[in-house]
Amino acid sequence: MLTGKVCIVTGGSRGIGKAISQVFAQNGATVYAIATREGSVEEWSEEFNKDVSGEVRSLYFDISDERAARDGVMQIKRACGYIDGLVNNAGVEFNELIGMISHDNMEKMFSVNVYGTINMLQMVSRIMGRQETGGSIVNITSMTALRGNKGQLVYSATKGAVISLTKSAAKELAEKKIRVNAIAPGLTNTDMMKQADPEKLQSRINNICMGHLAEPEDIAKACLFMVSDLSTYVSGQVLAVDGCTIM
Amino acid sequence: MDNLKKYNDVFCRVLNVNESVLNENFTFKAVPQWDSVAHLSLISELEDEFDVLFESDDILHYGSYLNGIEILKRYGVEF
Repeated sequence: MLTGKVCIVTGGSRGIGKAISQVFAQNGATVYAIATREGSVEEWSEEFNKDVSGEVRSLYFDISDERAARDGVMQIKRACGYIDGLVNNAGVEFNELIGMISHDNMEKMFSVNVYGTINMLQMVSRIMGRQETGGSIVNITSMTALRGNKGQLVYSATKGAVISLTKSAAKELAEKKIRVNAIAPGLTNTDMMKQADPEKLQSRINNICMGHLAEPEDIAKACLFMVSDLSTYVSGQVLAVDGCTIM
Repeated sequence: MDNLKKYNDVFCRVLNVNESVLNENFTFKAVPQWDSVAHLSLISELEDEFDVLFESDDILHYGSYLNGIEILKRYGVEF
């Protein structure tokens, strides 16, 4: 579905980002998995690449650093000549109740979740805008942005910003054939979730009509739809991938 | 083609001017057709021509023909 396409996945070394990188490469894409910790992609990509039609390549930089983001994006453009897909998946999450919100954590979350997303969107859309075929940008938001959640005031605000910027970018970039959509995962079975209190987790799972957590691959498949040509007339949308959750 | 010629060609093409007017007085404020839409086209054409990607501050401050040369030099383009 993505044969010949070049895609970027931020936060691509683990969790949902890793699954997105893998599903894209399984579908024929050349994927640049962006991460900050050197070597974190190669820990699994070298073995993984042996069995897929596409390829996962690593690139390490901090998306909240505009210069680093620019250099990284240019490196991809120079290597491949074009960029078809961008998934802004990298995110930072600190859960703090009102009255205990740390300013440092607030800055970190806005810096990565919002400024980093905008940095990547700005850089990549300028390259996509010069391509005949345009491109597709997917921003990972969260169900907490749509519904709110205790202890997630700042996180939900950053993800709400992601939804807003998605809608504005979709309108501004449509004439350049660039589609911009958001995907809102519900509770997803990542390493972070394994550290959760089992009782509290079960009570949250009870609110999911499908009765279980999303797997990272469930989110990745929704991204595949958004980046592929199956969604050529879809832009400015927020797709919930939450197993029908009643929050 | 040398880089100055390429640079001038982009200005002439995007802003529809003759090369002879490209001098220290050729600025965003002084040239009526250099509006914000033309500015983004200019940036886009220059990025394509010189295979660079400007930072936002440089796009915002790309206010004159001469200043643009200095900015491009910082991106490794030789004049």
